[in-house]
Amino acid sequence: MRTPPFDPHTPEGPLAEKWQRHRAEVRLVSPTNRRRYRVIVVGSGLAGASAAASLAELGYQVDCFTFHDSPRRAHSVAAQGGINAAKNYRNDGDSVERLFRDTIKGGDYRSREANVYRLAEISNQIIDHCVAQGIPFARDYAGYLDNRSFGGAQVARTFYARGQTGQQLLLGAYGALSRQVHSGQVRLHTRTEMLDLVVEDGRAAGIISRRLTDGRIGRHAADAVVLATGGYSNIYYLSTNALASNVTAGYRAYRRGAWFANPSFTQIHPTCIPAVEDRQSKLTLMSESLRNDGRIWVPQSAHDERSPADIPDTERDYYLERMYPAYGNLSPRDISSRAAKAVCDEARGVGPGGRGVYLDFAEAIGRLGRRVISDRYGNLFQMYQRITGEDPWQTPMRIYPAAHYSMGGLWVDYDLMTTVPGLFAIGEANFSDHGANRLGASALMQGLADGYFILPQTLGHYLAGRPPLAAQNGTAAFEEAQAAVEARLKRLVAVGGRTPVDVFHRRLGELMWEYCGMSRDRAGLEQALAEIPTLREEFWSGICVCGGSEEFNVVLEKAGRVADYLEFAEVMVRDALAREESCGAHFRTEYQTADGEAQRNDAAFAHVAAWGFRDDGSAPQRAIEPLSFEHLHLAERNYR
Amino acid sequence: MNRLVRLFRTSIGSKLVVAASGTLLLGFLFVHAGGNLLILKGPDALNGYADWMQGHPLLWGFRLGLLALFAVHVLTAIRLARANRAARPTPYRRIARLGARLPGRLMVFSGLLLLAFLIFHLLHLTVRAVGPEVQPLLDGAGRVDVYGMIVASFSEPLTAAVYLLAMGLLGLHLVHAIEGLFQTLGFNHESYQGLIRLLAPALTLLLVSGFAAIPLLVISGALGGG
Amino acid sequence: MDFTLHIWRQHGAAEAGRFVTYPVRGISPDLSFLEMLDVLNEELVGRGEAPIAFDHDCREGICGSCAMVINGDPHGPLPGTTTCQLYMRHFANGAEITVEPWRARAFPVLRDLIVDRAALDRVIQAGGYVSVNTGAAPDAHALTVSKQAADAAFEAAACIGCGACVAACPNGSAMLFTAAKVVQLAMLPQGRPERARRVIGMVEAMDDAGFGNCTNHYACAEACPKQIPARFIARLNREFLNAALTSREFVELARPHEHEE
Repeated sequence: MRTPPFDPHTPEGPLAEKWQRHRAEVRLVSPTNRRRYRVIVVGSGLAGASAAASLAELGYQVDCFTFHDSPRRAHSVAAQGGINAAKNYRNDGDSVERLFRDTIKGGDYRSREANVYRLAEISNQIIDHCVAQGIPFARDYAGYLDNRSFGGAQVARTFYARGQTGQQLLLGAYGALSRQVHSGQVRLHTRTEMLDLVVEDGRAAGIISRRLTDGRIGRHAADAVVLATGGYSNIYYLSTNALASNVTAGYRAYRRGAWFANPSFTQIHPTCIPAVEDRQSKLTLMSESLRNDGRIWVPQSAHDERSPADIPDTERDYYLERMYPAYGNLSPRDISSRAAKAVCDEARGVGPGGRGVYLDFAEAIGRLGRRVISDRYGNLFQMYQRITGEDPWQTPMRIYPAAHYSMGGLWVDYDLMTTVPGLFAIGEANFSDHGANRLGASALMQGLADGYFILPQTLGHYLAGRPPLAAQNGTAAFEEAQAAVEARLKRLVAVGGRTPVDVFHRRLGELMWEYCGMSRDRAGLEQALAEIPTLREEFWSGICVCGGSEEFNVVLEKAGRVADYLEFAEVMVRDALAREESCGAHFRTEYQTADGEAQRNDAAFAHVAAWGFRDDGSAPQRAIEPLSFEHLHLAERNYR
Repeated sequence: MNRLVRLFRTSIGSKLVVAASGTLLLGFLFVHAGGNLLILKGPDALNGYADWMQGHPLLWGFRLGLLALFAVHVLTAIRLARANRAARPTPYRRIARLGARLPGRLMVFSGLLLLAFLIFHLLHLTVRAVGPEVQPLLDGAGRVDVYGMIVASFSEPLTAAVYLLAMGLLGLHLVHAIEGLFQTLGFNHESYQGLIRLLAPALTLLLVSGFAAIPLLVISGALGGG
Repeated sequence: MDFTLHIWRQHGAAEAGRFVTYPVRGISPDLSFLEMLDVLNEELVGRGEAPIAFDHDCREGICGSCAMVINGDPHGPLPGTTTCQLYMRHFANGAEITVEPWRARAFPVLRDLIVDRAALDRVIQAGGYVSVNTGAAPDAHALTVSKQAADAAFEAAACIGCGACVAACPNGSAMLFTAAKVVQLAMLPQGRPERARRVIGMVEAMDDAGFGNCTNHYACAEACPKQIPARFIARLNREFLNAALTSREFVELARPHEHEE
């Protein structure tokens, strides 16, 4: 097991040559030997499915796990807007260099230059591959791919398939995975959840799983384990994430020695349908692409109760266009979210509870016509109408920020390997590329870059130095891990209270949103640290899982995930507390400029903060990986 | 041959068999209806036509072919229906919008009743084992007096009613069958959907009214009254 | 709002199930159907009873997890809607609502309203993809695709794999599901080389999975939350008959799925 300080193993050489050079230098496993290695991939979203498929294509034996009934249900499916690539098909000045710069700047200079540059480089290959898979991207009448623009960019580099880009890309990866399942190269374990990581001799040796349909515990040994288990924004209870999204796999790996990086970097997405009901179970995102044509506004005066149609243009405040004229409605997510919160705090918010701002298409419909708008956003309009019962063709949408994405994740080096050798983390599950704030349409790009193009190269580098099938699932380490999993399940079953698990999840969510959400301060974070253990105790004495562990028990599944959130929440809060600056999505109210912008402290915090678990029950250990900017200069992030 | 065996073992291949045999049977029905309508030209035309057919050297070949076509159509449809029933072992407690799909869902039912009617029809007019005695059997030219036989049969309200009922069933069967035919054979395109929708009821109406006209005309006294 | 629910309860795959009646009261019209079930489930847990198990995840109509027949309609009475996007404001106050799992031999019930839909995955595994290895692709603009073809492919690709088509079909047929993928890839030049192989493999896998046959009722298209049209089934028939009657693959391709469980 590695100990701090952690070396990111960034290759030598000029930025633009690092990846090519690395590819030429990594160790390889010969084609005939690959079939002797077994790799476990946990998760079947964009990152997991693409990695499992690509590794299988290379000839490795792959076991792919998903807790869903089908790999196609992973939450990547819900990404709406698009995927970025530096193709410059529009001749509008885009390039790998520019995508790299936008992403570093968008992340508020809290990501690694080398990783981000590699991501930008690979972006173009992703589009090529996805088109070859038969993904029906939007096209123009000449038959070429269409693009739209997204927040934080002044070029149109986003490829899209109506409002269902994530679904289409996921179905492409799912198809590739299905092909390997068909050929027998991938063994697919559906409705099977990873509950622990097995570490042997300081290396990842496999996982302990639970088959959800009957509670059967499985021991799976492998030469390497890849976590592609997504993000943890669902810790806020109300978020745009799917209800089953959870931190369990990553958190369990953390408890087994994988360090967790920047856990407090969680993105709040500015364009979601506001909550109207206290029993509401989720917040629905309205793609950021809507901001291409929609204009965001609130009434100029506080407590204006008039219907939007009755408010003349002169009495409206198009606050993003006013505050950030260069980017306007396409300002990055963190900035747009905070601006929405600020105007609502001034009692200028609209809709029930005053937590909402208008997203208005009247001008765009007038300019482009109903047909064009319908082509671009038809399904989003329909979705909005379904949920709210209001017709966005007639009245402006109401939107409000909601928890959406976690930039934080397991710490990985340039090879996407965690601090546990043999354990890799890809996609949203790692921390690598988005710094303190992710730009729109970059999550799909990163998940697929990791899964299709990076991991299949770097995993071989690790395996090549190892004898195949070194791990067996009958060893003491597996026995111990299985016993620990079973003991924990037994404990959950034995609580025998009468309170639904969701009640605790909601309370945790409210607490985290209040103290560790869109803006944070020391007092609040300390309050959270005091309240979380109490809530945890109540959970462990109050819940009812209403059944045993050896049956199909949906409450037990949920209880295990919420129990992990209740522990992980503390790591998040500690990270937010320790980072005494504002950067990207992490906004500490103590650290802001006179006009309310985030104030970074590069001298003290231009680093990645990673947290290590201590099994003596004491607070986790914090270690830093300094970020050096050789190619770009640390600059104030200005979107004005 | 391997190709056809494999094809007919698939669901779509089996449906092709039903659709193709159904199409041929439909063709036969149009010819049959056309022949029947010779009755409008009087006894001589109809009896002459019947006599020409009876003496035709290919008559038995034609009949056997028709029988085989029926057998293939019915047996394949029954096989599919049984598989379909097995595909939903537990029924729903409630099914919405059942009425709108009634002709389709009654295909097996209408098909089996039509089969029963067919047997009756053959016994009645071909074998002449049931139905009224027709005297004299031959017309003035020494041919079988089909015309007289038809008029005598349909003058009995019960027989006419059976035939009319059967034509209703045939309509029910065909209106779904013809629309489905295009779908099964792969002809369904946005641009022509409307046309196909129209074609199915139009063809059905044409055929059914051609058949039903005869008993109706007999009952109303417009035929054979003299 | 108040409702009376009749819900299918079944403890496990091997056990017998039955309908149980639950009254629910004070439901906000702005709750989704699943949120209404959440409220009921919390009540059940409060009484120490096992909550009603149902598949769900994204709750925004795209993952295809949620699956229940509501008053005889898969995903409920609203066209083009998944269960998670169905809101209680669409029901009359005091309504009696019957909730059943998808019913098909190919979809055995696992618990309550949860069924096993792995059969749909097997259909895709048998060919629902373009066999391109990572790294092999030419530039994305090497082939142009007409907007018309891209749009049609998208219309088919919108399928979320929920299985409502199977649930709605009186024969439990998966033709619309299979058609959606076959048509998507048949529309695009990238899908052409494997066209015959794909349709043969998928149709035979579909048959082997225990789905029924299409008898042209189009209940599938009515139930489809993504409104995939039934004419795609005609296209599937055409693709299949064409491949079966003319392609070499149909004679040479093995039937790997024949005896697979």
